[in-house]
Amino acid sequence: MPSLQSLDIAARSATTAPSPGVRRLPEVAKLIDVTSCIGCKACQVACMQWNDLRDEVGVTRGVYDNPADLTPASWTVMRFSEVESTGEGGAPKLEWLIRKDGCMHCSDPGCLRACPAPGAIVKYSNGIVDFISENCIGCGNCVTGCPFNVPRISKKDNKAYKCSLCADRVAVGMEPACIKACPTGALQFGSKEDMLEYGAQRVAELNERGFTKAAVYDPQGVGGTHVVYVLQHGDNPSLYHGLPADPHISSWVSLWKGVAKPLALVAMVGAAAAGLLHYIKVGPLEATDDEEPAREHDETV
Amino acid sequence: MQRLIQRYPDSTRVNHWIVALLFLCAALSGLAFFHPSLFFVSALFGGGPWARILHPFLGVLMVLGFAVLFAQVWRENLWTKLDNEWLRRSGQLISGHEDGMPPVAKYNAGQKLVFWVSAICLLVLLVTGFVFWRPWFADAFPVPLRRAAVVLHATAATILILSVIVHIYAAIWVKGSVRAMTRGTVSEAWARRHHPLWYRQINGDR
Repeated sequence: MPSLQSLDIAARSATTAPSPGVRRLPEVAKLIDVTSCIGCKACQVACMQWNDLRDEVGVTRGVYDNPADLTPASWTVMRFSEVESTGEGGAPKLEWLIRKDGCMHCSDPGCLRACPAPGAIVKYSNGIVDFISENCIGCGNCVTGCPFNVPRISKKDNKAYKCSLCADRVAVGMEPACIKACPTGALQFGSKEDMLEYGAQRVAELNERGFTKAAVYDPQGVGGTHVVYVLQHGDNPSLYHGLPADPHISSWVSLWKGVAKPLALVAMVGAAAAGLLHYIKVGPLEATDDEEPAREHDETV
Repeated sequence: MQRLIQRYPDSTRVNHWIVALLFLCAALSGLAFFHPSLFFVSALFGGGPWARILHPFLGVLMVLGFAVLFAQVWRENLWTKLDNEWLRRSGQLISGHEDGMPPVAKYNAGQKLVFWVSAICLLVLLVTGFVFWRPWFADAFPVPLRRAAVVLHATAATILILSVIVHIYAAIWVKGSVRAMTRGTVSEAWARRHHPLWYRQINGDR
C-alpha cells in the first residue's frame, strides 16, 4: 500500500540516507496463540475484506488448507498439520495443529535487505514491514530474501504482495482486521512488550496443563518478529507446517548485501582510477613510423 | 602515409561494436540494481520496472553476439608457452618497457586473459540469469538455488566489468589500437612493435 506519512520509517530498502524518523512509536506485535485457534478462517475472510482481495476460487486438495498456499491475493492462510505422537501411557495420539501463516514482520527483514528498489519495502518504526507496491520493480529478490517463504509476486502486475499487518489501520489506532474477527481470542494485538507478557502467561497456563515444552516463538535469528506464536510444542516449531526452528537471513543474501557490494563497487571505480593514474604516470605505448623492425631504441618518453 | 595492415574484417568489427553496445546497456541496467547509489541509472531505461524487464533481453543478445565473436577469434586466443613467459614479465610492460617482452602473435597473454575471462563470465551470467529471470523462469527453480544464482550473477558481472575496464584502458594505452576495431586496420609500425610474430606471419617472411 502507499507509504503512510503518519508512521515513521525505521528502515527503507535500497536506501543509504536516513528516512523520516523523528517520531518513535512503540513496537507493536500480533500474537497468534495456536492453542486457542479453532481453524475457522474468520481471519482469512477479514483479511480479504479489509484489503479488498478476492483470490481465484481454487480446488480442494483433500485437506482443510484453502487456498493451498499464500498468494498475491491471500496474505494469510491457515495451515493444518496432522501430527501423530504418543500420549499418556504410550497410546498413539493424533494432534491437529493449526497455524495462521503469513508475514512475520521481522525486526531484521530479509526481504528488505535483499530488495534493490529504493523504498519498495519499508519497516515502520512500530515494527511493521510493508511493501510499497508502487516502488516495486518485480525482481523477486524479496521472495529469496525471506526466511519464511512469505512474499508472492502477482502474475497480473509483477508486484510483490504480503500481509501489511494492516499498517493503515494500525496507523490510525485500530487493530488489524484479522484480530478484530477472531472469535476465540487466539489472535491478540498490542505493544510487543504486552504481547510477550501475555504470551508468557499463556505458556505458564499450558505448562500447568502438561505442555511442558510450550513456548513463545519470537525467533532471535531475525532479531525477533512482530508476529509471535504461542506454541504448545515450543521445542519443535517445525511440527507446525514447517515453521523454521531457527530462521536466519540466508548467508548468500547477507554476504552480498553486506560487505561484498560496496567492495565490488570500490574495485570497479578503483580499476578505472588506476588506469587514469597509470596513463598520467607511465604514459601510452607508442609505435613510431621510423622504428626499426629490430626494436632497438627505448620506448619510454 | 605509412602502410596499413588489415587486422579485423568488417564482420568482426560490426559484431564487436554490437556486443560492446549491448554490454554497456546490460551493465548499466544491471548496475542499477547492484547498489542503491546507482539506482538512478534505471531512469535511462524508463525506470525500475523497465530496467528489470529489459536487462535479461539485453544480456541474452550480448551473449549471442559474443558467441559469434568467440567463433571468429577463439583459435588465436589459445594459450601457449610464450604466454606464460609474457605474463611473468608483464610488470615490466606495465611500467612502460616493451623492449625485452617475449614476441607476441595476434594476441598477447593479457588480451587472451581478457578474452577467456569474458567468455567464462558471460557463460556464468547466462546460466545464473535464467535461474531468477522473472516472470518466466524463476518459479521453476528452488529458492536456495535462486539465492546462490543472484550472488554468482553479480560476482561474474563484477569480474566482467573489471576485465572490460582493463580491455578499454589497454586500447587507450597502446596507441593505434582503437583503429583496429574502428577502421579495421593498424599501422605497420604498430604491428611490428606490439605483435611481431603476427606481423611476420601475415607478411610471410621470417
